[in-house]
Amino acid sequence: MTKTIHIDGNTIPFKEGQTIIEAATAAGIYIPHLCHHPEFTAHGSCKLCTVNVNGRNCSACTFAAMEGQEVLNNSQELKADRQKITQMLFVEGNHFCPSCEKTGNCQLQAVAYHLNMLDSHFPHFYSHRELDASHAEVIIDHNRCIFCTLCVRASDEHDGKAVFAISGRGINKHLIINSESGLLKDTNIEATDLAAHICPTGAILIKHTGYQVPIGERTYDHQHIDQISLAVEQTDEN
Amino acid sequence: MKTKIRIATTSLGGCFGCHMSLLDLDERLIPLAELIEFDRSPLTDIEHCTNCDIGLIEGGVCNSENVHVLREFRKNCKILVAVGACAITGGLPAMRNFIPLEECLAESYLRGIGVENAQIPNDLELPLLLDKVRPLHEVVKVDYFLPGCPPSAEVFWTFLNDLIAGREPSLPYECVHYD
Repeated sequence: MTKTIHIDGNTIPFKEGQTIIEAATAAGIYIPHLCHHPEFTAHGSCKLCTVNVNGRNCSACTFAAMEGQEVLNNSQELKADRQKITQMLFVEGNHFCPSCEKTGNCQLQAVAYHLNMLDSHFPHFYSHRELDASHAEVIIDHNRCIFCTLCVRASDEHDGKAVFAISGRGINKHLIINSESGLLKDTNIEATDLAAHICPTGAILIKHTGYQVPIGERTYDHQHIDQISLAVEQTDEN
Repeated sequence: MKTKIRIATTSLGGCFGCHMSLLDLDERLIPLAELIEFDRSPLTDIEHCTNCDIGLIEGGVCNSENVHVLREFRKNCKILVAVGACAITGGLPAMRNFIPLEECLAESYLRGIGVENAQIPNDLELPLLLDKVRPLHEVVKVDYFLPGCPPSAEVFWTFLNDLIAGREPSLPYECVHYD
């Protein structure tokens, strides 16, 4: 017999070993997320996929689906929590959308649009972060890094290069680059690597391509991230 | 005649792009003018605002004068609205926040290309710069936020019509942009 969980009252089948977000995606239910990617080991750091399971909040990307779970995904309370989490991501880094090449294609921005986030609510940190433009093809702007580790995982698990890692804890957490100089130019990263393309924000960009698609005609300018995300991730699973 | 909704507008550390976007309402300005009137605004040259229904502020808080103007708006406007990326996040002027103020001034006024008789401006009339550019909500309570650089005319239209009709303003997906 197929095992099932309930998400917002709907009965959803799952396979043994699936997480809640995997079962939801397969059933066409979007749970907001940034650090989750179906191809890579779950990280559970962005907390946007927070859902309520049998009365307790947990990350849908790390929590296993288990028979009979009652999951809340679309409650007003969770939407408010997710909006606050997104606002915290915005004020912790320096996200100046009008001057960012990624604007309109940025998943952080798209999640914020999806949640109808109109302000940043918290005081901005304006923390000083570096920009590394040393590499001929790939640029990294630490101002926009949200420490999702997707580049770390993609470089490790897909590209087999281990170009990136996270160092430090808490407020001192930062992305480091695996070269003696600490610069991107001294690594073996290439513009064709998945790690150079997987960043959900504008922290890692390919040079000379930023404005090929004009602002206003970009992915999330007219389409919600839920539809795009489900379309991409359901294809990934098949 | 019905009393018109009284609106004050100003630009703090902004580029007036948000004001230009308001004017992009084009022919819709005519029916809007039946419902609203402007108090203090670059469009009227009234110097101080008094008893307004709505205050629209673009730009971040860059200097001491910005703080005074913002507080005057808060005191005199029933509803205060942060308009555009700079008012909401500090925006592009806030990109100076990573450079010490002294270095910013030296780069512009002492080492700038073509500068003659180099000196840091220090007239009593000049407002002092804050060490960092701040969004409005870090200085006063803000009631509503209209994101965008600038927010489109459609955003102003939707928002003002909602407010004037007594509805809780809500912006549809197409109206929410940060760029």
